[in-house]
Amino acid sequence: MNIDAIQNGIVIDHIPAGAGMELYRMLRLDALDCSVAIIKNAHSNKDGKKDIIKIDAEIPLNFDLIGYLAPHAKINIIREGILVEKRDATLPKTLTNVISCKNPRCITKTEQELDQVFRLTDPERRIYRCIYCETKAN
Amino acid sequence: MRCLIDILDLSVSELDELIRTACDIIRDPDKYADRCKRKKLATLFYEPSTRTRLSFEAAMLELGGSVIGFSEATSSSAAKGESVADTAKVISCYADIIAMRHPKEGSALVAANNATIPVINAGDGGHCHPTQTLADLLTIYREKGRFDHLTVGICGDLKFGRTVHSLINALSRYEDVRFVLISPEELKLPSYVKTEAIKKKGLEYLQTTSLEEAMPMLDILYMTRIQQERFADMDEYLRLKDSYVLTPEKLKTAKEDMCILHPLPRVNEISVKVDQDPRACYFKQVLNGKYMRMALILKLLEEAGK
Repeated sequence: MNIDAIQNGIVIDHIPAGAGMELYRMLRLDALDCSVAIIKNAHSNKDGKKDIIKIDAEIPLNFDLIGYLAPHAKINIIREGILVEKRDATLPKTLTNVISCKNPRCITKTEQELDQVFRLTDPERRIYRCIYCETKAN
Repeated sequence: MRCLIDILDLSVSELDELIRTACDIIRDPDKYADRCKRKKLATLFYEPSTRTRLSFEAAMLELGGSVIGFSEATSSSAAKGESVADTAKVISCYADIIAMRHPKEGSALVAANNATIPVINAGDGGHCHPTQTLADLLTIYREKGRFDHLTVGICGDLKFGRTVHSLINALSRYEDVRFVLISPEELKLPSYVKTEAIKKKGLEYLQTTSLEEAMPMLDILYMTRIQQERFADMDEYLRLKDSYVLTPEKLKTAKEDMCILHPLPRVNEISVKVDQDPRACYFKQVLNGKYMRMALILKLLEEAGK
């Protein structure tokens, strides 16, 4: 399958197969006017399958969110057809307003102006906990 | 601003320092009678807790300070919809230190993030209750003289019991502490507490449903109440509430110097007949709680003044 190479924009590569749509939704890429391509189940030598997102514009990205959903993703910035920057996603130490606490007894449920902040408590198992009630993120 | 939200906010050396201060208060209370003169403690209790609130108030009064506050949400601005953050900012203008109890988990951290004076978590829902753990620790220290090389049995609701999680977190920082976790299957200690507090430190633990089986090996027996307020399903509460009842008969196989603790209030999990047993330390624990709160108030006010 061929998708045209982009001239100016961003390619998020090495997204775990199946996570591309969720990343698309959480990055709010549906709100963009430019072309956005999601390639599902592309061939990957390393993992067998992967998802890829191509964005035909250089937009600000929430790298914490990418790191949370796709910690091994590569973010390629392309200008005039040339790869000018390659960044590795990393598992962020804290997540602010990326996910919400599901604990009905958490203070964030009644005081909804509070930031939803999660801290990485177990990098090996990728476990984040709400800083307020310490409930594990799903 | 230095606050106490979780028992792990205190290092082992700070805990030792608090215990030293508390023991000195016990030895010579007059020395401390004016140490908080002209200082005000605000007790912000959004849910009733007679014992904890009165313990904080007694602690501040014995230090020569005074107390302002409320004892239920309906008599505070929360009834008008004021946020915890705003209340913390407002109270910072009136008082020198806050002790707060609130039914929502994480509320104490929100208060601490917004107050300009020290905040002590006096219980935030099912999350943390660090000053109860301070009371537990002083009692263990006064009865046993150490925190290491102990076999600690914890019995009852290990799933929802916030005092249990805090005590395990605090004791797992000491050498050769062995935990015996006694609970019904449904109320077992959550795996993250086991992993993060016990296994990571390489400490030994044993899980059992039998209090009788565990009894002979224990240096400390920490009993807890099966808390009705933590259950959404009343049938499940009724089924589990009488799982463990400590009686003089069950204590026959216990060590002579075993120490029985309970964060109180009890319902029926310790028979009143046990109260006469010299191993029953739960009322001493209440008094120790006041001394540790005195030591804590002193420490936080002293650090705030620097």
